[in-house]
Amino acid sequence: MENSTEKPTAAQKRAGAAESELIAKATRIPWLVKARPYLIMAPCLLITIGILYPFVSAIFYSLTNYSFRNPTWKFIGIENWVYMFTDVEFWHAVFVTLQYAAITTGAEMLLGIGIALLLSKNNAFTKILKVVLIFPLMIAPVIATLIWQLMTNTSVGIFEKFLNIFGVYGFTWAASAKTALFTAALIDIWVYAPFVIVLVSAGIQSLPKSPFEAARVDGGSAWFTFKTLTLPMLKPFIYIALIFRLMASLQEFTIIFALTKGGPGNTLMNLSITGYNYGFAFLKFGQSLSYVLILWVIINFISRKLVGKYLLTQRQAAGKEK
Amino acid sequence: MNSIRIRHIAAVTRNFLLAAWALFALFPIFWMVLITFKSDIEVFSTTFIFSPTLANYHAVLFRTNYFKSFFDNIIVSTGAVLVSVAAGVPAAYALARYDFKKKEDLAFTILSFKFAPEILVILPLFMIYQKLGIFDTYFGLIWVYQLITMPLLVWVVRGYFEDISVEIEQAAKLDGYTWYEVFWRILLPLIKPGLVSSALLAFIFAWNNFTFPLLLTSFNVETVTVASLKYIASDTVHYGQMAVAASVAALPEVVLALIIQKHLVRGLSFGAVKG
Repeated sequence: MENSTEKPTAAQKRAGAAESELIAKATRIPWLVKARPYLIMAPCLLITIGILYPFVSAIFYSLTNYSFRNPTWKFIGIENWVYMFTDVEFWHAVFVTLQYAAITTGAEMLLGIGIALLLSKNNAFTKILKVVLIFPLMIAPVIATLIWQLMTNTSVGIFEKFLNIFGVYGFTWAASAKTALFTAALIDIWVYAPFVIVLVSAGIQSLPKSPFEAARVDGGSAWFTFKTLTLPMLKPFIYIALIFRLMASLQEFTIIFALTKGGPGNTLMNLSITGYNYGFAFLKFGQSLSYVLILWVIINFISRKLVGKYLLTQRQAAGKEK
Repeated sequence: MNSIRIRHIAAVTRNFLLAAWALFALFPIFWMVLITFKSDIEVFSTTFIFSPTLANYHAVLFRTNYFKSFFDNIIVSTGAVLVSVAAGVPAAYALARYDFKKKEDLAFTILSFKFAPEILVILPLFMIYQKLGIFDTYFGLIWVYQLITMPLLVWVVRGYFEDISVEIEQAAKLDGYTWYEVFWRILLPLIKPGLVSSALLAFIFAWNNFTFPLLLTSFNVETVTVASLKYIASDTVHYGQMAVAASVAALPEVVLALIIQKHLVRGLSFGAVKG
């Protein structure tokens, strides 16, 4: 900007030249101007295709009896799909998937929003907390699971010693079907609740001051202010956190795999783990794909609904501002 | 008087709840680091008071191929981020500045990678990689890591480009800069802080991934996330060494997280929340 004011004549000359040159170019080869964004995007598009191809091939191979064991395979139509829908384990896996996602996402949202609200007062304590509370989110989930496995280990774990104080001995954690889901969910919450905290905290920081001052002058109760002002204004942030968490927890693989590989028994076998088992344990490649493709359908269905709702809240927020 | 007391109680409760959450969030990390200094016997017999030793560090870092895993992780994560930056930043610019057919569809296709079930991608890739001979190679892993790093970079950097007013670009063009020069000399310096932090966040995500290296590599390439799990599978469990493996793998991420703090929200939400 400053440069152009210092030597206006030279700049103007150059500008004129550049512009006429541009126009000349555009009229000479208009397709090049049209193609430019695609050309700029070409490397990215290439990689995109490189990732989309396996996905499309997954649909194809789910219609075959391809197996890692024998090299010959043939097209078998919807046989894999029929098998899956009549498989009791499949419906169990769907149930576990939804249950795990509902429990972890629900708890993470409630805790995350709660902690973010508690953090909204700015002082030295909350400032430090906002920095250190993201550490669990940055540590690899598999490493986090390892830490928790150590802590819940009945022979060396700190939790056993801690529970002994209260007279509880041999709490089973991930080892029993009754407590495995609780343990996995606890680890998931430990890792991902900070994600919600960070997003909602950012939302709280961005809230305008004046409506809240007005509410205070009018003598609105804290609950009333929260319900009618804070929560609606935080809605877009909450939706973003919810979408990201729900999509990820529906396909959670790492924490469950590192903790129990889906066990004990089939307690934690969600669709990701079941698909993995069919592919890599039973080597039935074609069959395994139907399990993960249905997972993709579920995720896609839910995400579309939620993204639609999110865009609606954004439009509403924009409308209110006008 | 009464309202002051209520406010006081509220403040105490708030700090108590925050402290409780901080304990829950930070104690596991503290405890893990503590165990790294314990001998195998003391892991069982002691809680907080013990005679610290560096034997576990020595064992893990010098007597296993942990270092190799660490560098494997650096190679694939850095490689993945560099590819994503090279291909993703121009793409982000195109998405921010041009209007073209299927633009939003493309953007959402790239975003959808983030939400694709990992196993769904791995199963066909496992077969394709075997056929192409890139199973268990750096190249193969860098390719699949684009699923993690590319959507993040494209979406976050697109937002940073959109923040720059078009007038700056037009002014530069009037000054005689070509499109290419405008991009390199004016836009890139402006988005540099945002670009660097999203690249670092992408690095963290790539570093943290477990499923891809678990199933798409075996002996040649082994990341620390996969290597760490071995310590629990071995028959003689050395908990102290396991803790060392976990702590050393977690260290770079905690450091990086501190560096990129200011841009973290934006990165985590793929640009949806401009913190």
